[in-house]
Amino acid sequence: MLYLQILVNGLLLGGLYACIASGFSLVWGVLNVINILHGSFIVIGSYVGLLAHQQFGINPFLTVPVAGLLLYGFGYLLQRGVINRAVGQPVLVTLTLTFGLELLVNNMLIAGFTADYKKVVLENPFGQIELGALFVPVDRLLSMVLALLLTGILYWMLRGSKLGRAIVAVRMDREAAALMGVKVNSIYAVTFGLGALMAGAAGSMMSMIYPISPIISTAYLGKAFVICVMGGLGSVPGAIVGGLALGVIESFGSLFFSAELATTFSFVLLILLLIFRPTGLMGRRGYE
Amino acid sequence: MSALLELKGVSRSFGGVTAVHEVTTSVRQGEIVGLIGPNGAGKTTLVNLVTGVHRIDAGEIVFDGRRISGLKPHRISHLGVARTFQVVQPFPDMTVADNVAAGALFAGGGASVAAARDAAYEHLEFVGLGELADTLASALTLPDRKRLELAKSLAIKPKLLLLDEVNAGLNSREIDDALELIQAIADRGVTIILIEHVIKVVLNLSRRLLVLHHGELIADGPPDQVVKDPHVVEAYLGARFAARMRGEPA
Amino acid sequence: MRRFDTILGPLVVLALLIGFAFVGDNYFLRLATFMLMYAVLALSWNFIGGMAGYPSFATAAFFGLGAYCGAILQKAGVPMFLSWAAAGLFTGVFAMLLGRAILHLKGHYFAIASLIVAEALREVVNTWTELTGGGMGLNLPVLQMDVTDQARFFFFAMLVVAASTFVLSAVVIRGKLGFGLSCIKQNEDAANILGVDATRYKVFAFVLSAVFVGPAGAIYAGWVNYIEPADAFDVLLSVKPIVMVILGGAGTLYGPVVGAFAFLILEEVVWRNVLTFHSGLLGLLIVLLVLFMPQGLIRVTARRLFRRTAAP
Repeated sequence: MLYLQILVNGLLLGGLYACIASGFSLVWGVLNVINILHGSFIVIGSYVGLLAHQQFGINPFLTVPVAGLLLYGFGYLLQRGVINRAVGQPVLVTLTLTFGLELLVNNMLIAGFTADYKKVVLENPFGQIELGALFVPVDRLLSMVLALLLTGILYWMLRGSKLGRAIVAVRMDREAAALMGVKVNSIYAVTFGLGALMAGAAGSMMSMIYPISPIISTAYLGKAFVICVMGGLGSVPGAIVGGLALGVIESFGSLFFSAELATTFSFVLLILLLIFRPTGLMGRRGYE
Repeated sequence: MSALLELKGVSRSFGGVTAVHEVTTSVRQGEIVGLIGPNGAGKTTLVNLVTGVHRIDAGEIVFDGRRISGLKPHRISHLGVARTFQVVQPFPDMTVADNVAAGALFAGGGASVAAARDAAYEHLEFVGLGELADTLASALTLPDRKRLELAKSLAIKPKLLLLDEVNAGLNSREIDDALELIQAIADRGVTIILIEHVIKVVLNLSRRLLVLHHGELIADGPPDQVVKDPHVVEAYLGARFAARMRGEPA
Repeated sequence: MRRFDTILGPLVVLALLIGFAFVGDNYFLRLATFMLMYAVLALSWNFIGGMAGYPSFATAAFFGLGAYCGAILQKAGVPMFLSWAAAGLFTGVFAMLLGRAILHLKGHYFAIASLIVAEALREVVNTWTELTGGGMGLNLPVLQMDVTDQARFFFFAMLVVAASTFVLSAVVIRGKLGFGLSCIKQNEDAANILGVDATRYKVFAFVLSAVFVGPAGAIYAGWVNYIEPADAFDVLLSVKPIVMVILGGAGTLYGPVVGAFAFLILEEVVWRNVLTFHSGLLGLLIVLLVLFMPQGLIRVTARRLFRRTAAP
């Protein structure tokens, strides 16, 4: 029964992880850019939740669209203005560039909000559902459902909508897409915006679960890496599977080792995966 | 004469798709063999198997009396197997001379960077690129890049040279020049496998053709026989291609 | 002319540095020691990143390992110089094993793997309290020496490591190894076909990118007397050398040195003037650098270096 509880805890967290990773994975797959800023995007989303809660007593669930749209705009502009100049350049250039941006943005966050840990504590907690000996906190359940719903919408958008098909086309063959009249630079900016949107939305929900501080951005980034490598690059279903898997792994990791070692554990797992199965657990990969 | 290269039941598949299936053949010292087949027949895969870029799933490849299947590409090139790529692959930021010197230095037994560079100039003269030795490789025209590929291959002092569609993208005059050069290389005693999907090119040089279709070797013999072979006509040339052969040369 | 470039030039710089050690005050000695340390990191990264073109983010891992290896050995009573040498050996062997494991990865995958290694090591050091002191850090034995003498001592120690890294870079960049790495950087498949043992060459370059960083870490630990995981495995230690090399010119001999010098000056100016926004401005600097100066300060290409040595 304990194991079942641990499993459920992991899955609840995993939904949010899937949401985080799907945006990261999308940007990586389409722009071939690893967005080091992704962790800070999530943190910004968390601060939106925190501020709305502190100032107006609004529940962080309600700020999900606000945080998402805000970060969409931020991501879109950032891509248009800065990152687009480096797209298509060697890995080193794009990585160094987004790293520089991360230093800048993260330092701004520290200057604005300090590095102290904060948390949203709800006045009216949602309570929890009891299924026999199994406890399911309602806020976590809601955030998992909402996160998976968002990820599902992203998936559906990519598969079904005209915009989504354009994004997929650019991902598969940029030149061909351009010849067919797709405005590649706009698609890049929209994609980057969507990646940021997913981060912001997840961040807003995370404000109720995780401590909020600019300095945890690297932890989020690390999780996004792990999930992407587990699930395979640039695939939304991969992000969902990888996200849920990481949630469960972390959950059991902190049971068998300790909470601190859970991170180390997932890093070690990542390195082993890269060494032995760089194509991801599902065997897909974006060809170089 | 003994076989320089022997393939014994060589197979390879990629994710369930068979690219090369139980190919058995041999190439004698000094031959110029044409390897033909339509696009996707497995020609380039076969080259990749011989040069060690891909591992074989089954069978054995023997070169110069030595089993080479399972060896890494650089080991195979040290033994004297050179190749050109279908899409030319120069080192763009190096001079033409340094491109060739790389081959001389690493697989051609070059004693030092300077010695390799001296050897490079000789090879470049031979292929007719002597005057362009100090230009950047990225600045070359396509026909010159093809020549550069040949010079690079020669620099490793090959016994066997696999030419993967060296003529693709060239006009007929440039093809004639290239064929002349290939003949000159053969005259130096280098065994050559000429991979092409345009038969006409091969007919001028080879006295023996191998035909690959869906990864299988369907014909092996003198050009005039192979071209008449019903399997080849049916499988490879097809009605469309046969008609084109009879009419206008490509 | 050529002799001036390759031998006399560096010797003049060396003489100036040695002379400087006896003139400069503690502040400048500290800066100069940092500059030499940065030069070691940049020259080292240049082996794998600049010459072979593999985007390694493992410098912090090597630095931290070296720092902890040196510190732990010194605490255990091993003589200082010996512990520094052991730090080099240890990081070199670590790099060899790690390189064999991850150098088959390319592009982003290699970058991430190398980056995560430092993170994982930091966590391990953080939790292995009995050996490393955990998050509390480690204090090193204090030298019985006058403050200025001590500053001078560590300056010379770093100078020896930096000079060795430079000399080895010069040898590699002009030799067969450098030529092979340059081939790998431009087209690994073609390099393989031309007989370059790419795997071995890459591992070699990776080891070279570690063996001097380890001792630099160990010397740093002795110099500042105290190390902690967050400091010794700081991801910035991986990023700064990359920025320095891009600033100076990747794949060249002098680029990393020039870059280290320029970077230190920029950093110091920023550091002194805006303490609270240090890393933000560093980020801004990186962004501007990548966008507007991707070719570096000196555009000496490896090709030109090669040709110069070929001239009679």
